[in-house]
Amino acid sequence: MNQLLTDTLHTAPIMGTIVLALVVILINAMKKDSLALEYWVSLIGIAANIGLAVWAFPLRGSAFAGTVMTGGFASLTAAVFLVAAGLTIILSRAYIEKIGVNFGEFFHLILMGAAGMMTFAAGTDLVVTFVGLELMSICLYALAGISRRVHKSNEAALKYFLLGAFASGFFLYGIALIYGMTGTTNILGIAQNIAAYKSEPLFLVGAGLLLVGFAFKIGAVPFHMWVPDVYEGSPTVVSAFMSTGAKAAAFAALLLVFTATFDFIHSSMNTVLSVLAVASMLVGNIVAISQTNVKRMLAYSSIGHAGYMLIGITAGGDVSMAGVLFYLISYMFTNLGAFGVASIIENAEQQGTDLENFRGLYYRRPLLAVLMGVFMFSLVGIPPLAGFFGKYYIFVAAIENGYTWLTIVGVITSMISVYYYLRVVVLMFFQAPEEAEAPQVTSGGTIALLVSAFGILLVGLFPSIVLGWMGGLF
Amino acid sequence: MYQYVGLIVLFPLIGLFINGFFGRKIKNETLVGMIGSAAVGLSFLVAAGIFVEMLGMPEDGRSHVVTLFTWIAAGSFKVSAAYQIDQLSILMTLVVTGVGFLIHVYSIGYMHGDRGFWRFFTYLNLFIFAMLNLVLADNYLLMFLGWEGVGLCSYLLIGFWYDKKFPGTGITWTGDAANKAFWVNRIGDFAFMIGMFLIFREFGSLTFREVMGGAETLAVGNNTMFWITLLLFIGATGKSAQIPLFIWLPDAMAGPTPVSALIHAATMVTAGVYMVARNSALYALAPTTMMIVAIVGALTAIMAASIGIAQNDIKKVLAYSTVSQLGYMFLALGVGAFTAGIFHVMTHAFFKACLFLGSGSVIHAMHEEQDIRHMGGLKKVMPKTYWTFLISSFAIAGFPPLSGFFSKDEILWKAFSDGSLVLWIIGASAALMTAFYMFRMVTLTFEGEPRWAKDKHPHESPATMTIPLIVLAGLAILGGFVGIPAVLGGGNAIEHWLHPVFAQAHHTMALSEHSSHTTEYLMMGISVVIAVTGFWFGRRMFLADPEADKRIAAKTGFLYRLLSNKYYVDEIYNGSVVRPLVRTSESFLYRVFDVRIIDGAVNGLAKTTGWVSAMMRYVQTGVVQNYAALVVLGLVVVLGLLIFS
Repeated sequence: MNQLLTDTLHTAPIMGTIVLALVVILINAMKKDSLALEYWVSLIGIAANIGLAVWAFPLRGSAFAGTVMTGGFASLTAAVFLVAAGLTIILSRAYIEKIGVNFGEFFHLILMGAAGMMTFAAGTDLVVTFVGLELMSICLYALAGISRRVHKSNEAALKYFLLGAFASGFFLYGIALIYGMTGTTNILGIAQNIAAYKSEPLFLVGAGLLLVGFAFKIGAVPFHMWVPDVYEGSPTVVSAFMSTGAKAAAFAALLLVFTATFDFIHSSMNTVLSVLAVASMLVGNIVAISQTNVKRMLAYSSIGHAGYMLIGITAGGDVSMAGVLFYLISYMFTNLGAFGVASIIENAEQQGTDLENFRGLYYRRPLLAVLMGVFMFSLVGIPPLAGFFGKYYIFVAAIENGYTWLTIVGVITSMISVYYYLRVVVLMFFQAPEEAEAPQVTSGGTIALLVSAFGILLVGLFPSIVLGWMGGLF
Repeated sequence: MYQYVGLIVLFPLIGLFINGFFGRKIKNETLVGMIGSAAVGLSFLVAAGIFVEMLGMPEDGRSHVVTLFTWIAAGSFKVSAAYQIDQLSILMTLVVTGVGFLIHVYSIGYMHGDRGFWRFFTYLNLFIFAMLNLVLADNYLLMFLGWEGVGLCSYLLIGFWYDKKFPGTGITWTGDAANKAFWVNRIGDFAFMIGMFLIFREFGSLTFREVMGGAETLAVGNNTMFWITLLLFIGATGKSAQIPLFIWLPDAMAGPTPVSALIHAATMVTAGVYMVARNSALYALAPTTMMIVAIVGALTAIMAASIGIAQNDIKKVLAYSTVSQLGYMFLALGVGAFTAGIFHVMTHAFFKACLFLGSGSVIHAMHEEQDIRHMGGLKKVMPKTYWTFLISSFAIAGFPPLSGFFSKDEILWKAFSDGSLVLWIIGASAALMTAFYMFRMVTLTFEGEPRWAKDKHPHESPATMTIPLIVLAGLAILGGFVGIPAVLGGGNAIEHWLHPVFAQAHHTMALSEHSSHTTEYLMMGISVVIAVTGFWFGRRMFLADPEADKRIAAKTGFLYRLLSNKYYVDEIYNGSVVRPLVRTSESFLYRVFDVRIIDGAVNGLAKTTGWVSAMMRYVQTGVVQNYAALVVLGLVVVLGLLIFS
């Protein structure tokens, strides 16, 4: 009993978020027109849970018989997901009213999804990892289709669900094979005798299947096909949450399983990872050029960014793992901001996120345009914004570990990406204003965007602080 | 208190932000001016506090490095935003903030009514900020940041009245003059950078302390040191307007006069001198460079002084005079008299700032008239300006016991005792010319009968302008007393103060003991005679006949034309460098290389990428079955790679 209490306490951020999600759905069930109340309860609860994560940070170890990690890495990633959830909720408040899906379960699903992400990223037993993955994914399937009268949204949800289920199958099959080979699903247990399995074909097949499951969730080429369709079709704030929280969770789990534990450095697994990285960088960045819809463009851009982060996973070592985490944090702020702006531009019919709609935005909504500019520049990786240091640390780590050629591909594709990111900036600032009405901006939306921009600047100007949190995490 | 060195740099930055962001909204000129001035004044107070504290410290414990934060760390390359406070940097800081403060106050009066009033003070504060970084930096990179920063401010301020005409060789607008200054400085900056890279390669560090420490083990005549010091010196010839890069400074007079006083006389142009002095230990290892420095300095001194004789624009005379005085400073550095060079930087800051501000006061009174041939008799209407201008003229001419006498005499003496007789003769001749052109200018401007148009009503300037003049004139009188040489019974306090900074260089150079006192007295006597002679001729000739220039021109013919046309240096540069460069750039680099090759390649690449992108879109069919098939295909590839590679 005592052990159970300690374990629960040490996994407080996850537990707290689940409780919070339940409280929110209960409020929704028991009280009419309770959206505002749920909104504030969610935000206050998230703040409290971030506090719990900070509190739990020094409590490094594991809980529940070694199946969940506590403190350190788990706390840091939990805080990232909570911030992403919080910002998404703030952005959603006005958005879901605008598109007419102001249901209370919206916040519940976001919170439950965040709890799933935390479990996903903190699981040290592959079964727990899988449970987290599913908890997260199911919430996202529902969120993608929450705008049930919109055809595109339904399509997105269905596609995401079908392909997601497909990928989960691979994931589970991989776990099964690994269990068959090693007799355990605990990744620390697997790690102990890793040298013995490393070149066993059956173990490799298991690891490969697992990797495909991960690659699907992070949207790496060639498992990326769902990304543009789903990001475009889903309500924009949901795309924001998916592209930041879900992607970050998958990366964190991938980092934990493949780099920190399986220790595949300089093996055939690295060949696979680098092939995925290069394919993602090339396809994501090149196809993004010919997109005319900003949400779709951001979807391809997120495929490209998955490629950059895969460089970090490939390179391995403490520096590059810290680099990947750093990248996730900077990418979280940046992409939330970018999708956030798109969600404000969007109209009630969930349309109007074409590049054309950004034309002359500066003359209609100067602040919005400037913020979007910051997000675009951060995505390009212009110093001193966060995006620059994210790429910088990953590239440096890659060069130090002998992956100079990956860095070269990364730099070239970054240059390609300048074209489509800056096109948005050019349209907003240097083109004649469109006759359209200025989009409605709520104070909540502005705050969320300002927080994102502020986060980008803060992380970019003082990268050493963020890196400091990662000292000795691995 | 030295820990608070960051404040010295912070105050101008705050002033810059306040005036930069809110200056346009603050309608009150005085408030803008006071914010700008107070920012520099507070810096001066902090610097003075540190100075007093240093006086109380033991001689070898006065050097401190205060690290604010790590600026760049990449592998073994690490640079901090760190300030080095020692005898040299605090002296420069005091001069920069002290003289800077006075010039800020002066500008409140001078810039009155200008539509860019707040912009002016913003730039001035930015300049002080950059200059302080330059002199306080503990490493080359931060120094370079300041070095570029002052260059930028110089550019911004030369072209401050960007819509004003400013005639010159190849120049029509003030903006052209600003560009010229910027471009010429780029040449020097490029050399500075290469020098910096060489330093990093040689010593593996960019902090002064580590580099000087590394230099201790090197032998005199080291080849790398020759190149490093030479490249740094080329950098200095740009910033400090020495042959061959001096041509920008006279045209920099297009800027408002307080700018000429602050940037193009008292502080920025002495950055090169400071930089060489800061690297004295490296220069001591390269006797060849030292010789080059001395020769360039001496030649610049005499060349600029001779041009100054034949100029009629009051600011142009002062500009050439500045170039010439900077030449003296480099002459001092070149013969190893680093203290004398820095001493002259200080005294020159006092009297030259006073002269420039005085000329500004005159220009102000004469309603933008700058030609001294159209002045005369101004001493009656503007006595304060006259007296301060006169005192400073005596100081620059080297009349004892004014400040210029001590510093210039020290340089000439060192040029003779540690250099050669030839260097001394060049320096002394330049001194004669200096006295001559200064009193030609004083006489034409203030003495004799008025030659200005009847509709002009010159008047004394307001107190915000005259008080700085009086303070600076006071400093021009007293400033030299910190460097009274031993033969005159003085303690030469400044030499004593700076000794620890240059100890390493002096140790390396192992200069012999000086010649007898009799020689020193003799040389000093000659100096005074030279100054008096120049004064006498300059005054007599132009008091008797304000148009004496014409007679001289008629008598000397080509020689005079050569001087009044500044040895045609601008024309030669234009013909030999600028125009061929422009022509090649246009006909080959632009039309062929850029348009055909570069643009062709870039556009081709962009087109190809766009095409690939459009093709790849077709893969995205939107049909889930296709997507699932691709996932399976991907899986096969992944497993194949895993097992068979």
